[in-house]
Amino acid sequence: MKIHEYQAKKLLREFGIPVPRGEVAATPEEARKAAKDLTGGVVIKAQIHAGGRGKGGGVKAAATPDEAYAAAQAILGMQLVTHQTGPEGKKVRTVLVEEASAVRKELYLSVVVDRSRGRECIVLMASEAGGMDIEQVAATAPEKIVRCAVHPVVGFSPFQARKLSVSLGLDAGQGKRFTEICRNLYRLFLEKDCSLLEINPLAITEQGELLALDTKLNFDDDGLYRHPEIRELRDTDEEEPLEIAARNASVNYVKLDGNVGCMVNGAGLAMTTMDLIKMAGGEPANFLDVGGSASPEQIEKAFRILTSDPSVKCILINIFGGVLRCDRVSAGLIQAAANIEMKLPMVVRLQGTNVEEGRRMLLESGLRLTVADGLYEAAQKAVSLIG
Amino acid sequence: MAILLDQHSRIVIQGITGSEGSFHTRESVKMGTKVVAGVTPGKGGTALDGIPVYNRVIDAVQKQGANVSGIYTPAAFAPDAIFEAIEAGIGLIVCLTEGIPVTDMIKIKHALKGSGSRLIGPNCPGLTTPGVGKVSFMPNFIHTQGNVGVVSRSGTLTYEMIWQLTGLSIGQSTSIGIGGDPITGSGFIDILELFEKDPQTKAIVLIGEIGGTAEEEAAEFIRSQVKKPVVSFIAGRTAPPGRRMGHAGAIISGGKGTAEEKFKALEKAGVVVEKNPAEIGRRVQEILKAAPRK
Repeated sequence: MKIHEYQAKKLLREFGIPVPRGEVAATPEEARKAAKDLTGGVVIKAQIHAGGRGKGGGVKAAATPDEAYAAAQAILGMQLVTHQTGPEGKKVRTVLVEEASAVRKELYLSVVVDRSRGRECIVLMASEAGGMDIEQVAATAPEKIVRCAVHPVVGFSPFQARKLSVSLGLDAGQGKRFTEICRNLYRLFLEKDCSLLEINPLAITEQGELLALDTKLNFDDDGLYRHPEIRELRDTDEEEPLEIAARNASVNYVKLDGNVGCMVNGAGLAMTTMDLIKMAGGEPANFLDVGGSASPEQIEKAFRILTSDPSVKCILINIFGGVLRCDRVSAGLIQAAANIEMKLPMVVRLQGTNVEEGRRMLLESGLRLTVADGLYEAAQKAVSLIG
Repeated sequence: MAILLDQHSRIVIQGITGSEGSFHTRESVKMGTKVVAGVTPGKGGTALDGIPVYNRVIDAVQKQGANVSGIYTPAAFAPDAIFEAIEAGIGLIVCLTEGIPVTDMIKIKHALKGSGSRLIGPNCPGLTTPGVGKVSFMPNFIHTQGNVGVVSRSGTLTYEMIWQLTGLSIGQSTSIGIGGDPITGSGFIDILELFEKDPQTKAIVLIGEIGGTAEEEAAEFIRSQVKKPVVSFIAGRTAPPGRRMGHAGAIISGGKGTAEEKFKALEKAGVVVEKNPAEIGRRVQEILKAAPRK
């Protein structure tokens, strides 16, 4: 799960990590008031779940409260397009009004999970090349990235931060503050079940202070069950409406750009089905995993999600009936298709227990559907229906 | 012989009285699996179809000689169940539970180090040795006994592949789903190592998916350590970067973890790479007819 920069900074502050003073505003008037309450010039930053906001015109400096009003007026409501939003962009609903800082140097600091074999642990990662895309740094100047693995039982130990701070060329005073930041970041990562915690840039100000100017904080979806306070930070405005409906229906769904809607049981098979659609010359409209059991209720909910996507022109259903027999899957499909008055053409490929009975039921149902036998054949039939 | 699950396996099911646990226990018994005990804290002294239920794993070990555990408990209780099984000295722990947080898995991986336990999963379909039994969600009918080892990160896709093999009269030694989470108890390499040593296994099918570098690491291992032929498919060639495709581990980040990279690494290691998943069975058929890879 992703959250906004202002929410992430609030968490950083709670965990003792220095961030600029700031307030969130939903109207230009609120932005003006916030600027008045802060000291000196401010920065107005669009709050959307995507990086690259500055280049897209979503970050503006303002010297006075009136300028803050004007900047907020320009940013709020805009469709902000960045390299992470796609061409349609994302609508800006709030801005963060923050005290501007005089920056001497920009660093990079993050906490991530190393999932490689035998080394599974949390890793602190730092670089003197702050303010840049870290993946770019990793590709062009990997020597500028320093890492430190945290032992799962020992936990964070100050020497690890010292190791990093020496590589970053920090002086003694800065090193001490850097150690505290690392300690607190690690604590935040662990206590809140983060999946990524990135401060970029971590600024050294003209006064020599360390300050988290921008941050990205993602959470492990599997950890959310024990963090109700984090679940509350979810901003559904930032998500695809269909993906929200899917989450509520316990269906795994990701919207894609094509027009062949697919419904599959199991994530691996769902990805494979997408691959086959592409191989057959089509484009998948989505990833959709109805779950290994594919109950009639789940199938009906999945149908509703697929049919409410206007770009879907044809539906491909690929179910491997294991424990759940194919005849039951067919009964569920027929009932669901009737309940929602399905009008789109469908290709159904069933395999597994009682497959003959399942196919016979589908063929006799009077539904507008094509029954397919093989994996690839199903994808080819679906693509040909679109023409 | 097969691997991991054999005629000496005596299985305890943790979470046996839950709906998932009891259902899959009964399915596994139907195919002859030796389930000797169940564990549900608070339900000790009861039984499921004559299988004694205990409060603690150690009781199942001491009274029934359990040496394999299948865990079906919900995510919030699964780490505790795994730690308990490790402490009770269970040699093979299969955790089918989905949704264990990564921070818990880091601790579990640490607890496994130096212990005598091996963990399969979590968030996996488990494993089946045809002719012996299963600790698994895999449907019974798909399997047939034979010489091909199957290892995969997926669930239903694995069933699909096993069923393809069975349809071509190609039997399996053992089929294992290692799970789709970012951190799993056993990786491809652990299983490949076992298949390579197993005299029954003549060829290996490896089914990967996008995200992480497990397939690349497996490729390196195959290149240097595996003499048996390997056929492979990677799911998710068309997945967009940065999005979690159902499995928490299936996410392409920073241009890493793409299917193309994985196909390339496997191909370089001498693996027979098949991009059409409907053709995997036929590739295996061809390989079994041909000579060994090295």
